Amino acid sequence: MQKQAIQVKELQKSYKNLPVLKGVDFEVERGSIFALLGSNGAGKTTIIKILTTLLKQDGGTAAVNGFDVASKPDDVRKSISLTGQFAAVDEILTGRENLIMIARLRHLENPGQVADELLKRFGLTDAADRRVSTYSGGMRRRLDIAMSLVGKPQIIFLDEPTTGLDPEARLEVWKTVKELANNGTTVFLTTQYLDEAEQLADRIAILHEGKIIANGTLADLKKLFPPAKVEYVEKQPTLEDIFLAIIGKKEKK
Amino acid sequence: MDTVKNHFFSDMGIMLGRSMRHILRSMDTIITVTITPIAMMLLFVYVLGGAIQTGTDNYVNYLLPGILLIAIASGIAYTSYRLFIDMQSGIFERFHSMPIARSAPLWGHVLTSLVSNAISVLVIILVALLMGFRSSAGVLSWLAVAGILALFTLALTWVAAIAGLSATSVDGAGAFAYPIIFLPFISSAFVPTETMPPVVRAFAENQPVTAIVDAIRALLSGQPVGNDIWIALAWCVGIMLVAYIFAMRVYKKRA
Repeated sequence: MQKQAIQVKELQKSYKNLPVLKGVDFEVERGSIFALLGSNGAGKTTIIKILTTLLKQDGGTAAVNGFDVASKPDDVRKSISLTGQFAAVDEILTGRENLIMIARLRHLENPGQVADELLKRFGLTDAADRRVSTYSGGMRRRLDIAMSLVGKPQIIFLDEPTTGLDPEARLEVWKTVKELANNGTTVFLTTQYLDEAEQLADRIAILHEGKIIANGTLADLKKLFPPAKVEYVEKQPTLEDIFLAIIGKKEKK
Repeated sequence: MDTVKNHFFSDMGIMLGRSMRHILRSMDTIITVTITPIAMMLLFVYVLGGAIQTGTDNYVNYLLPGILLIAIASGIAYTSYRLFIDMQSGIFERFHSMPIARSAPLWGHVLTSLVSNAISVLVIILVALLMGFRSSAGVLSWLAVAGILALFTLALTWVAAIAGLSATSVDGAGAFAYPIIFLPFISSAFVPTETMPPVVRAFAENQPVTAIVDAIRALLSGQPVGNDIWIALAWCVGIMLVAYIFAMRVYKKRA
């Protein structure tokens, strides 16, 4: 088995005459969490779409789980799952029906059992038989990620998994992603939040104007900056700290 | 080896189950595709029918083929709507990144359109029977009617697929159906074309609905169908092929 879960070389893509990717290179190690960081429109989603066989590149090569995305898309699709930028759940079906549908499409033995296990793991058992249209944003995202885990794919792509979520739901997603990596799944995620990459990723690559301008561990990236100066700053709680503290107190009562 | 193509039909079945659930959970869809055509049939038979001279004493018999086509035309508007929603919601992206045939989600919608329209057609025929519709047609004629209606549904479904896949708003996805729903009114569906002014009559007699309505009416009443059935089939197959080619092109490009 190859050590690298994803290998990307000289990847290029243009929309009409607008070049989006101008020769992107990176590798993702098996079982690691890799974060692709970049501002809106940097081309993060384009890279995900190429790696998940939704889009064809103009130049360069990309291999996922050792399979070339252009020539062996079916093998790639068997190795991966995609959680797109917008929750790809069926609003009219219930949470349970959504999971069963995906389990049947992956031709698993016991779709009902698979669904129940995931519902339990993601704290959705009580909402299992409610239509997804009644779910909150966080529940929807959890179901979305649960649907991606059906059939235990080896590599999971998460495109901006916490965009639009409230802080609590965000922490839940982070916890899930960490658990996945602990169980040996490779996680490829894109984000525009620096703290998200800092919290989660083993390696971080920064995509800017169609090229990877930095790639390494957090410690590597920190070395790119001048050595830290010692300054005395009064530590004020952030609004997020305050929000979470108040919410936490309420729940304990 | 376990290949993607082996599962094409079971995958399509799962997609069918999914969108049939959508239909059964949407009162709006059920009202539009069955209750509205039935209300129209009641209106035409019991309110307007007394004043319409068709040369037959059973106006329900005369009216039914046109009502069925209107029901199908309003049914496919929802096919377009469901396709549009799937394109928007990103669920197509999920399906396309899974090891299932790329066209299975689209064919699932097409199959749903066939099945759901068949159900609404059956319900409308049952109500027509209660209202005094009678047919002397044999099994073969009924099969021919079913075949024409299925082809008509398929042809319009592929037109709906183009609209649903390329629309940029929900309104746009459904708007194409209005002129199609209107076509039966300017045809032989409700009144004989001989009563219309020359220009309207020329249009009515040369558009697909008249040929299809006349063919179905002749089959159901045990009359000789003549050329109508071939003209009807030619229209359906022609529209279907052209729409299929365009729909597939849009699907490959956008979905």
